Amino acid sequence: MSTTATTTAGPTSPTRGRGRSRRVREGGSGLGSAALTLFTWLLAIGFFMPVLWLVLTSFKQESDAASNPPTFFFRPTLDQYRAVFEAGAGGYFWNSLVATVVSTVLVILLAVPAAYAVSIRPVAKTKDVLFFFISTKMLPVVAVIMPIYVVAGRLKVLDNVWTLVFLYTAMNLPLAVWMMRSFFQEVPREVLEAAQIDGASLLTTMRSILIPMVAPGIASTALICVIFAWNEFFFALNLTAADAATVPLMLVSTMTSEGLYLARLSAASVLASLPVVLAGWIAQKQLVRGLSMGAIK
Amino acid sequence: MPASSTPARQRPAGRRRDANPAVSRGARSDAQRRDAWSRRLPLLPALVFTVIATQIPFLITIWYSLRSWNLLNPASDVFVGLSNYAAIFTDSTFRQVALNSVLYTLGCVVAAMVLGTLFALLLDRTFRGQGIVRTLLITPFLIMPVASATLWGVSMFNPTFGLVNWVLGLVGIEPLDWTSSYPVLSILIALVWQWTPFMMLLILAGLQSQPKDVLEAAQMDGASRLQTFLHITLPHLRRYLELSVLLGAIYVVNTFDQIYLMTAGGPGTSSANLPYYIYQRAFLGFDIGQAAAMGVVVVVATIVIANFALRLIFKGFMSTEQN
Repeated sequence: MSTTATTTAGPTSPTRGRGRSRRVREGGSGLGSAALTLFTWLLAIGFFMPVLWLVLTSFKQESDAASNPPTFFFRPTLDQYRAVFEAGAGGYFWNSLVATVVSTVLVILLAVPAAYAVSIRPVAKTKDVLFFFISTKMLPVVAVIMPIYVVAGRLKVLDNVWTLVFLYTAMNLPLAVWMMRSFFQEVPREVLEAAQIDGASLLTTMRSILIPMVAPGIASTALICVIFAWNEFFFALNLTAADAATVPLMLVSTMTSEGLYLARLSAASVLASLPVVLAGWIAQKQLVRGLSMGAIK
Repeated sequence: MPASSTPARQRPAGRRRDANPAVSRGARSDAQRRDAWSRRLPLLPALVFTVIATQIPFLITIWYSLRSWNLLNPASDVFVGLSNYAAIFTDSTFRQVALNSVLYTLGCVVAAMVLGTLFALLLDRTFRGQGIVRTLLITPFLIMPVASATLWGVSMFNPTFGLVNWVLGLVGIEPLDWTSSYPVLSILIALVWQWTPFMMLLILAGLQSQPKDVLEAAQMDGASRLQTFLHITLPHLRRYLELSVLLGAIYVVNTFDQIYLMTAGGPGTSSANLPYYIYQRAFLGFDIGQAAAMGVVVVVATIVIANFALRLIFKGFMSTEQN
């Protein structure tokens, strides 16, 4: 685990444990190593180019944004960002925030006890339960969208942000159960036994021992849920209209309703992506664990 | 990681009570039942919630699939048995989009896998700016998919002012109308760009979990880099590769955003996949019965494939946990 942590840190930080073997490996081939580093950098910049282009475009005037050949030098402007906010970005962001935060809190509240019941004090058919949870992740969403649409229509909850909260909770719950299980399994058994001997009740054990020990796990589970909920598009597209539309729909409306405003679309895209990009940059290590549903630590 | 995860997997302390011979049979089964319920209780809210949110809608989908219901024509809602299913098997478009689904999933997973492995190998050494390079490389995965779809569809692949054509022009290639002439390839490129960082992160974690003493020993014994890679690194990576392919496939098979925004499945339905085609039939054609039947077919196909895939995933999980 410590090796993963050291790579996320900057180049100047000491690399514990890895240093020795690496030095043996790269001894002598200074020039080859420098070339490889250069190659890696060029590849990374090339791969990152579309993102850089998106950010650059967002600071352009529309005439510079759609030019042939592409405009590389221009006077940056914040006009596009201003336009995005004036077009009512606030409402979209508010809906996304509610759908993301509330669904994530619900997921954690449901997943932590469930994960406890498939790890620390397991139910009889733990494997089947885990199997069931992950199998729902494999069901194509499109196979359930019609009944959800029809039922939501009957219940008069179409275009309602709480419908999204419900669905995003269901969408992320299986993932969270698997992830939290992997964190619970790391809790040393001695700690739990000690608590039992001390006569601590289940709730006390939960609150004062287990939860603090898996708090980092809860944080990385929440991060993954936030990413998926924030970026979700399919449900939002089909189940919301004017009132409950989320940020991805803001991008779509920027694109379709008023012709092609490339620079403004770019500004909207940057704003839409920023929360998740920042969170992901900061928590790179948690990301790996989350994406593998806890399998890779 | 290795030591701490092992003890918790052993039988929990609570089970040992069952072995007490002094407890009479009736009392024992009573206590057992109470014990079983106290174990189940924390699981129930999540389980019930998931069943309500995923299984019940699917049962309704099956019901819809047996009816001929068009949203525009409420009177059309009658029971038609399996005729919606029969229609699927004579629908050549369905076969074509099913093929596209396979193409997108396989193409994206394989290409992202190869690129991701390359990136991971490059990142698994100490060099100046390592952290920054890693950060740059994971960013495409963090960009909102809708934003990345419009970025590729509009800024990158635009025939007149797109960056891709401009770059190709530098090496003398005529401008292409990417999303109209090569819709599947265009979508595939956007997908690979988004999913390569995912593969890279998982494989990199695999590379970094290699026991360093084994690598050192191999080197002491005079093994070349290639030999070390083929005989030590690759076998070690195997379950990480399996895991990333399967998890990647789960997500990629449901691709919708890129198709909706870059080509709208077109021209015609040539770049649609199953999710997009079913969406089209349900929400643009309002043909709920037919779309539901397709949904059921897709789910059945998924279950068949998933049954096999899930076993592998389970194996992958259990073995990384033992690691």
